[in-house]
Amino acid sequence: MEYFHSVTLDAKRCRGCITCVKRCPTEAIRVKNGKATIIKERCIDCGECIRVCPHRAKKAVFDKLSLLDEFEYNVSLPAPALYGQFNNLDNVDYILNGLLDIGFDDVFEVARAAELVSECTRKIMNEPNQPKPIISTACPAIVRLIRVRFPKLIPHLLGVKAPVEIAASIARIEAEKKTGLPTEKIGVFFISPCPAKVTAMHQPLGTDDTDVSGVLAISDVYKPLLAAMNKIQQPKPLSECGLTGISWGYTGGEATALLRTRYLAADGMENVIKILEEIEDDKLLDVDFVELGACVSGCVGGCLNIENPYIARTRVRQLRKYMPVSSNRMKDFDLPAEDYFWHKPIEYDPVMQLDQDLQKAMMKMQEIQRIEKELPGIDCSACGSPSCHAFAVDVVEGTAKFSDCLIVLKNRLKDIME
Amino acid sequence: MEPIVLTYQVDGEDFSAAGEASSSVKKTLKQLGFSPDVIRRVAIAMYEGEINMVIHADGGEARVEITQSTICIILADKGPGIKDINLAMQEGYSTAPEEVRNLGFGAGMGLPNIKKYSDELKIDTELGVGTTLTILINT
Repeated sequence: MEYFHSVTLDAKRCRGCITCVKRCPTEAIRVKNGKATIIKERCIDCGECIRVCPHRAKKAVFDKLSLLDEFEYNVSLPAPALYGQFNNLDNVDYILNGLLDIGFDDVFEVARAAELVSECTRKIMNEPNQPKPIISTACPAIVRLIRVRFPKLIPHLLGVKAPVEIAASIARIEAEKKTGLPTEKIGVFFISPCPAKVTAMHQPLGTDDTDVSGVLAISDVYKPLLAAMNKIQQPKPLSECGLTGISWGYTGGEATALLRTRYLAADGMENVIKILEEIEDDKLLDVDFVELGACVSGCVGGCLNIENPYIARTRVRQLRKYMPVSSNRMKDFDLPAEDYFWHKPIEYDPVMQLDQDLQKAMMKMQEIQRIEKELPGIDCSACGSPSCHAFAVDVVEGTAKFSDCLIVLKNRLKDIME
Repeated sequence: MEPIVLTYQVDGEDFSAAGEASSSVKKTLKQLGFSPDVIRRVAIAMYEGEINMVIHADGGEARVEITQSTICIILADKGPGIKDINLAMQEGYSTAPEEVRNLGFGAGMGLPNIKKYSDELKIDTELGVGTTLTILINT
């Protein structure tokens, strides 16, 4: 299988420090020949390495505004997180009008589709015999994490498409109706807070196709958008979402929209992994719904934002007070009900497994244990692997040499000298 | 083939560290490719045993022996021992102190759960000397 990833390395900037290696939640990064390299099948596109790189050598892949030129009619899908990026803003319409001024022909707020996903989820939660808890499928990095590390939890996945996918489908239908253009001449662009959505477009999970033509970064659109917004005197009323929808921009927004109390909302990879372990061991029995986000504070914490996540979150929350609770209902749109759901099962991808054959895997594990005993156990990562254990695995898998361990080398040298 | 052996010291002082050993075993079993159901049973049985050692025995030693057909968990402590095993095996029976129950532990489900999730459970206990649980799970 070919893997697409939304993270690239600027090799000139990478100094081969081990910051990203240590922080990667799936141990997908190794420093080889002084540069960070990604083990493609393990990466879940969470963006953590982009966020933590002190040399800004990790870069997100996204589309450019110039891609709009390839289409006759372009619709912009702004993420709720975008609303939290601007100072002294009390009306979302400035942003939406600004998007029209920088080249889009129309806007469809992802927050509107978020309200539809909430409605859909509420219906599912009321159906009998649902697995408990149901786990949100809005954050693509979380879905990918579960797919490679928590096979037992795959049946718990909600299986409703992410709001951006629904927004894209509706926006496309509406644009086709409005313009009479064939679908290939209509561009539908997500203004995204995170690179995981770029991967989700190129390699969707749970579905084969996407109605999104491209994913632009909030950070890339920010400058021209701000300039356009500053010129607006009286914005046209364009926003059609309620506070339920924009609350999806931060942690807890999706869960509270279910109007139930037995929910849990968590963010940040470390916390998320702990929660998933609890669910896996049947230790989390008193919640019905779990919302998980890879980024701290939720989507406002995505690495393609401009503003600090806590500030952005506060701003989105303040914008809410001028909004109705919810303004969108599934019955008001032409999208068939089945198109709200995934139609392809998610399959376990055992990338952490040592071998498909249990006996071979056990032999490898014994060899790993033997090697690990000879290692210093200080997890310094100077070898380029995230820990002594991971290094032992790499040696057994043949991707590292035992003498790559500096401490082992130093001791050997000492023996020779003596 | 020799079994794969994992050993852990379970620290009795620190409640927040309880569960680390079972979490580590789970990671290893996933790397080996055991079925999710087996992994879950091992994780739950071992976690319950680990918590018991922290609550009642000030910690102890955990040893896990993994072969293709079985996973054997041996939990040995030098705690007070179990006075009445039949009583201890009853759901809801607990001798955990108040402060431990306030933390949400000590619901009297530890040993019953271990029995429920394992294929064999052997309890060797002597008052004032300690307790050793041998938990067998077929893969």
